[in-house]
Amino acid sequence: MSAYTPQPEDFAPLGAQDAAPVLVRPSLSYWADARARLLRNPRAVGSLVLLALLGLFTTVGPLFWTVDPATQNLDRISEPPNLGAEALLIDRGQRWAGLKVEDWPAAPDPAWLAAPTRAALDAPEGLSVVGTSHTWSVRLRWNPVENAAGYQIYRNRYRPTALNELGLPLGDRWSGAEVSYEDALALEPGVYWYSVTATDGLRESPHFQTLRVEVERALPLNTAWKAGLLAPETGEPGQRLSLPAHPLGTDYLGRDMLSRLMHGARTSLFIGLLAPLLYVLFGTAYGAAAGFLGGRADAVLMRLADFVVALPFLLFMILFRVASGVEAGESGITAILVAMVLLLWPATARLVRGQILQIREEGYVQAARLLGAPQRYLIFRHMIPNTLGVILVTLTFAIPTAIFTEAFLSFIGMGVAPPTPSWGSMCFEGLKSMLNSPHELFFPALMISLTVLAFNLLGDGLRDALDARMRARE
Amino acid sequence: MGRYAIKRIFQGLITIWFIATATFAAMHAVPGDPLSNEKATTEAIRKNLEARYGLDRPVFPDQYFIFLGNMAKGDFGLSFTQQNRRVNDIILDAFPVSAQLGVLAIAFAAIGGVLLGAFTALKRNRWPDVTVMLAVILGISVPSFVFAALGQLALVNANDALGFTLLPVAGWGELSHMVMPAVVLGLSTLAFLTRLMRSSMLEVLTADYIRTARAKGVSDGGIFWRHALRNASLPVITVLGPAIAAITTGGFVVELVFAIPGLGRAFVEAVQQLDYTLIMGTTVFYGSFLVFMVIVVDLIYGLIDPRVRLV
Repeated sequence: MSAYTPQPEDFAPLGAQDAAPVLVRPSLSYWADARARLLRNPRAVGSLVLLALLGLFTTVGPLFWTVDPATQNLDRISEPPNLGAEALLIDRGQRWAGLKVEDWPAAPDPAWLAAPTRAALDAPEGLSVVGTSHTWSVRLRWNPVENAAGYQIYRNRYRPTALNELGLPLGDRWSGAEVSYEDALALEPGVYWYSVTATDGLRESPHFQTLRVEVERALPLNTAWKAGLLAPETGEPGQRLSLPAHPLGTDYLGRDMLSRLMHGARTSLFIGLLAPLLYVLFGTAYGAAAGFLGGRADAVLMRLADFVVALPFLLFMILFRVASGVEAGESGITAILVAMVLLLWPATARLVRGQILQIREEGYVQAARLLGAPQRYLIFRHMIPNTLGVILVTLTFAIPTAIFTEAFLSFIGMGVAPPTPSWGSMCFEGLKSMLNSPHELFFPALMISLTVLAFNLLGDGLRDALDARMRARE
Repeated sequence: MGRYAIKRIFQGLITIWFIATATFAAMHAVPGDPLSNEKATTEAIRKNLEARYGLDRPVFPDQYFIFLGNMAKGDFGLSFTQQNRRVNDIILDAFPVSAQLGVLAIAFAAIGGVLLGAFTALKRNRWPDVTVMLAVILGISVPSFVFAALGQLALVNANDALGFTLLPVAGWGELSHMVMPAVVLGLSTLAFLTRLMRSSMLEVLTADYIRTARAKGVSDGGIFWRHALRNASLPVITVLGPAIAAITTGGFVVELVFAIPGLGRAFVEAVQQLDYTLIMGTTVFYGSFLVFMVIVVDLIYGLIDPRVRLV
């Protein structure tokens, strides 16, 4: 503390004052104070930022990411997140005639075959691919083996080291002179190991030749035209075409996850925001009416609320959902909304009634009434503003409940009807392929969790900020 | 206390009647016809079926009062989709499974919640508190099916890595089957109870009797276990009613994901297959069960805290 030397003026007598001293600090209204306190809470600010980002994701997102959420692509199902792929354009239709060695015996010499001590055949030498290997065709050729009556072709996804690891038997050739094979069996982009063994007609040789083949994604021209990836009648076989990126991968029907998440957000947030808004409004009106009317009307109204509160909520959500049914082409959102409003209003009604009863007895309301304030003034000037904080907090905490409920219903197949995406139904679909493609479950689950987290944090912050007692503590 | 108990039980009966009526009304509002899926029904077969299920009478009052009468007798009728099985038998088979799972989950949530909450309150604003409270917020914000899926995924990976089955991924039968589902089922309730217990404990720790105990020279452990923990646990008992409800309905998802033959799965499957009698039976059963549990919890609370009885 700095030293202060008293001055003679400090001891001068104080003259009469015209007015009371003016307050230096401007009067802080309840709402301004609450807002300031909310913005000082880092968690609440974080939740607000998160909610703003979520809002952008839902509204602005689809303007930038214009992929149709309903477009299926069975060539690219359950793909992990990727930034696009390249495909080789091909002409579909011609099968490979194959290679045949002229004047090579089709079968071994019968005398040699009859010898019980004959040696096992050699492995076919010179196994190689012909042309480009892509997902519609891999063409193999090899050198003929002496005394061969045919060949067996195998495919595996890893390098075989022993005879029993050759993998899937693709096919066979029943002539020593036919030395080629075309594989077009459910190929996927990636690496395959092809093996060929020779057989003398009675015994398959244990010697094999293996070739590593990288298979490229291919797209027939007419498919590309049909899917709108290429203008009709353009493009040449052999050209590379870049395919759309799926930053969050694709689902089990090859639909773009990012786009589905954006459109699913609309469903989930629509229900998650509108249902609480409706039932909190209704509950507020109902509770305010009960609290204000009092007496017999209050008892009857609250007894009804007691009954509805006693109904097991999720059970009756499911029952309502079943009872309303879903017609073809409907999403079932309305049914969920109606059921939520019907079942969830009493909690708010009770809360608001309690508040009104309490405020009615407050000194300032009594004073206003004594001064002759009309009912309407009491309601709009005192009761509603003073309950607004509580209602706002209830509303914030009601949103996670609504989002969870929608997700839960969709998860057991009783929610939003397909193909309308919602985060809950996306989780439901993703769960089935969780082990092979966890991203299908992970991303929608993350969106639900983040949204609910944001509203929970915001609710906590609001509750603290709107609590006038907190102001005194600071 | 006796008057209070009778009043609560009477209220509960009215609530159950209300639940039964609402269920009846909802199921009769379902579009379509329970027998429309039957293959090759002639008019005669249809008539017989309708007579068997009592569908040939007017919905109100006949069917309604028959339904209420049967409910009162505890007879839920025949299942529409499972041949020759009575709904009672299905409930009797499935409910013990759900009850076992639920009791485990409640125990896990209540014990864990009380201890964690008390612990965080003691370590207020230090890193254990901050960490646990962050985990609690996450626990409240993640849907139960995500926990269920993550739990399964974790088990698959753990079993793979260990080379033997630490805990089975799904199914039912032994205690090892119950561990993961019970943990998953209890997790959100645990988070909720931790939060409640923490604020309750913070309040209790500033109470006069704690200061008195300390002044008397009671050890820290004695204060914690004898004075603080007991008194702070009171609010936890009040929310056990809603917690039981949450765990019961949470069982729908967990039983579905972990392939547990409990009542939750039976209910969800009944709903998906539109098994009218099974839906009505399980709903009324669940409703009565929950109402009963809430009354029991209230009565216990009334025993512990006499102030409640006056309300």
